[in-house]
Amino acid sequence: MDDDIRELYQEVILDHGKHPRNFRHPGDANHEAHGNNPLCGDRLTVYVRLGEDQRIEDAAFEGRGCAISVASASMMTDIVRGKTVSEVEALFDDFHKMCMGEDEGVALRGPEEDLDKLRVLSGVRQFPMRVKCATLAWHTLNEAVHGGATTSTE
Amino acid sequence: MSAASVKAAAQVSVGNDFYDVEAIRADFPAMSLLINGRPLVFLDSGASAQKPNVVLERMDRAYRSEYANVHRGAYRLSELATENYENARKTVAKFMNAASPDEIVFTRNATASVNLVAHSFGRAFMKAGDEVVISHMEHHANIVPWQLLRDILGIVIKVAPIDDDGNFLLDEFAKLLGPRTKLVAITHCSNVLGTITPIKEIARLAHQAGAKVLFDGAQGIVHAGIDVRDVDCDFYVFTGHKLYGPTGIGVLYGKKDLMNALPPYQGGGDMIEIVTFEKTTYRETPARFEAGTPPIVEAIGLAAAIDYVTGIGLDRIARHELTLRDYAMEQLGAIDGLTIIGRPREKGPIVSFTLDGAHPHDIATIIDSRGVAVRAGHHCAQPLMERCNVAATARASFGMYNRLEDVDALVDALKTVKDIFG
Ligand SMILES: Cc1ncc(COP(=O)(O)O)c(C=O)c1O
Repeated sequence: MDDDIRELYQEVILDHGKHPRNFRHPGDANHEAHGNNPLCGDRLTVYVRLGEDQRIEDAAFEGRGCAISVASASMMTDIVRGKTVSEVEALFDDFHKMCMGEDEGVALRGPEEDLDKLRVLSGVRQFPMRVKCATLAWHTLNEAVHGGATTSTE
Repeated sequence: MSAASVKAAAQVSVGNDFYDVEAIRADFPAMSLLINGRPLVFLDSGASAQKPNVVLERMDRAYRSEYANVHRGAYRLSELATENYENARKTVAKFMNAASPDEIVFTRNATASVNLVAHSFGRAFMKAGDEVVISHMEHHANIVPWQLLRDILGIVIKVAPIDDDGNFLLDEFAKLLGPRTKLVAITHCSNVLGTITPIKEIARLAHQAGAKVLFDGAQGIVHAGIDVRDVDCDFYVFTGHKLYGPTGIGVLYGKKDLMNALPPYQGGGDMIEIVTFEKTTYRETPARFEAGTPPIVEAIGLAAAIDYVTGIGLDRIARHELTLRDYAMEQLGAIDGLTIIGRPREKGPIVSFTLDGAHPHDIATIIDSRGVAVRAGHHCAQPLMERCNVAATARASFGMYNRLEDVDALVDALKTVKDIFG
């Protein structure tokens, strides 16, 4: 099998794709946003409970998509829990660079432990058409925390 | 038929009707491309077909030594370009069996042709409450223009249903027709299910109800051909790039009297008789609908593609494609966990499928690494995807240059997908 394909579909990704974590709609979420990849019809809804200190207390998602977009959403919702919005932004920026293959020789800002986890998704850099799949969840999260206040609790 | 027998049948066609697919492949430069170090197996002609040398060479010549603007210059080169452009119109007219080349309007693509009709026919003949009947398996190109018209005029869009196999339901369609039906706009061949619709009956029923009828022939003209007079349609649209021609060229066939009763779509040069600031009069069709400099060389390229296809014989190509379709249905159908989406009675060489546990996108990426190109996604037919209860499908669509080995390569590549997704 092709090396790039093997790298793209690593066990971790397949596992997250098949058994996504945080795949639910939390009743106490106070922000949400819909993400849509019009090219392929992938759709995600990201739910966030944002504390008054701008810290993400809970993150979850629902939707349908390919293994890459589901795995990315699954890993993201795990990683961002407990982080502040600005920490998440820095991490997204790093992740985006990784997916675009623009991280060589660049100082990344996120915690090394998180970057290591996210690095398994960076195989998409060999597949320009699939970068959007990997970043869809992050764009949606970004939208949720900045715009998508939904509820009642505030 | 078993796999072996379908293959044998394809080879037995030796004789006076031998379809020499290897010779045809030699006419297409793309057929010798290597992708990821492997020979390209191109199974996405439904999205856009590859181009034969004759088209590329014809366009090259048109640009190098026969090029000037058309309908304008009183000099030899412009006359030559005009002659070539108008001859292309004649070639298209003949290919569709139109009564006159005047019934052929060149546009940018099938989408532009539908939009032209929505705009010009809509404004001339429709008002709030009038109805357009489409089907559940339309491409967005034959949905959204009617929705835009609905937003402007308040027309009503009715949707003719299909059954679970993807057959067009003529009886159900007939029930939707009524005194407010002004236009029936239906695909000739579904780009997802492959369904070939009963266009002659649809046209008859539409006319009985006093409506005009448009067919979206983007796929249909490629695989089934069209005789517009036999079918008696009022409009028929198609796109050049799926018919082995260039991009940037589409066709709107429209009956002459009807077209001359429509207002222009866009205004500009070439489409007018007299312009004053108070009042402008418009030329007759097709000039009325070809404002500005047209896609001159693209039209010439399209005519070259049509000459190429008719030289081989559209019916022979269609028979070859159906052999591929049957073999693909059989081979794919035998794969565990694979579901073929669309098993209509009349089906062009378009085979959509899903595979348990693997998203179509992942399928397409993985088999691409084996050189196999298929389309994955919603195929610009989201309402149809909903109807079929799928978010997306993978789609193999065949062209005149495909061979049975291409199906084998697809089946083989799908094993890699199964290896990865278990
Ligand atoms: C059935 C059908 N209609 C319309 C179109 C639109 O063709 P174009 O994009 O060339 O306008 C397509 C092509 O994707 C099609 O398959």
